[in-house]
Amino acid sequence: MSFGPVGVIGAGVMGVGVAQDLAQTGHRVILIDMTDEILEAARRQLTKHVRFHHLVKRDAERQDVAEVIERIRFSRDYGLLAGADFVIENVTEDWDLKQSVYRDLDGICSPECPFAANTSAIPISRIAAATDRASRVLGMHFMNPVPLKPAVEVIRGRHTSDATIEEAEALLTRMGKEAIIVNDSPGFVSNRVLMLTINESVSILHEGVATAETIDAIFKRCFAHEMGPLETADLIGLDTVLQTLRVLSDAVSGSKYWPCPLLESMVDSGLLGRKSGQGFYRYEGGEPLPAG
Amino acid sequence: METDDIRPRLREFCSVRAPGLADEDEIFEVGDVNSLFAIELLTFVEEAFGITLEDEDLEKKNFSSISAMAALVERKLNA
Repeated sequence: MSFGPVGVIGAGVMGVGVAQDLAQTGHRVILIDMTDEILEAARRQLTKHVRFHHLVKRDAERQDVAEVIERIRFSRDYGLLAGADFVIENVTEDWDLKQSVYRDLDGICSPECPFAANTSAIPISRIAAATDRASRVLGMHFMNPVPLKPAVEVIRGRHTSDATIEEAEALLTRMGKEAIIVNDSPGFVSNRVLMLTINESVSILHEGVATAETIDAIFKRCFAHEMGPLETADLIGLDTVLQTLRVLSDAVSGSKYWPCPLLESMVDSGLLGRKSGQGFYRYEGGEPLPAG
Repeated sequence: METDDIRPRLREFCSVRAPGLADEDEIFEVGDVNSLFAIELLTFVEEAFGITLEDEDLEKKNFSSISAMAALVERKLNA
């Protein structure tokens, strides 16, 4: 059975990871972003990650890099999505921007094409309401690095149909992934819990209870987590963490998700984590060092 | 680049994420849990030593340990 192309909106870290995973599992991909510079950077990043894939993923077979990359069409033209069988949207967590993207998609894509929002906190039912196809809209919360993560948090919005969930599960199965399905809620399961953990860890650091290394060591060495909450925050990007906390704060009454002032001041100062070279740790050649 | 510098730089890079890793220890035997580290390590090898890894270099045996990587980098620099 053959499948039509999958539209991937946004060629940032997540969009590139989703496009790579799709192309490596035999799907044709239309990868859309706003500028040629971003698309060119995405092509370089994809080429590198596909070249390295068999070394970083256990049991992965070596693939022909050119063949994988050829399955991806890099473009600024949303019009190409008229031929897409499934769309996965990965634009930044800015509601105004997302809303306008969904309005555009709704007018271009076939009425049956499912839209999956790869969002970490924006309620799926709100996204669905920006379209005329609420039953075809769902959430697919991928984790980074996408091609190496075996499961995806799939979110059923208030109006999402069973058929849409089944199609999403089928796509993820073809990508070698398990769908873990939850109902819609701000932050779903993952970020509702994770963002509280990160925010509280920042408060603990701010109060001088423990250093970043010590906080992370508790999670890594006592709980056997792969990474601690502050390393995770650096990986996600502190601006994204702050933005997610604000989205959650707006959606939930009370002060539970109010961002720690230290987090706000770090973002204001341009300390965004790995991508800026410094967050709770300094990064040289990609590796975390004490921020000092 | 002095070849004497290769091992210390690789050791330093690996020391944070894989503390206590000896030169002969198998890096990729730890599985997918350090997947991000693996991508960063490969990128580091290309950028830090100014080499381009060709398809034939991208074999697990060349990256299995600090010693194996040092040997690969040395070969590439002398090629």
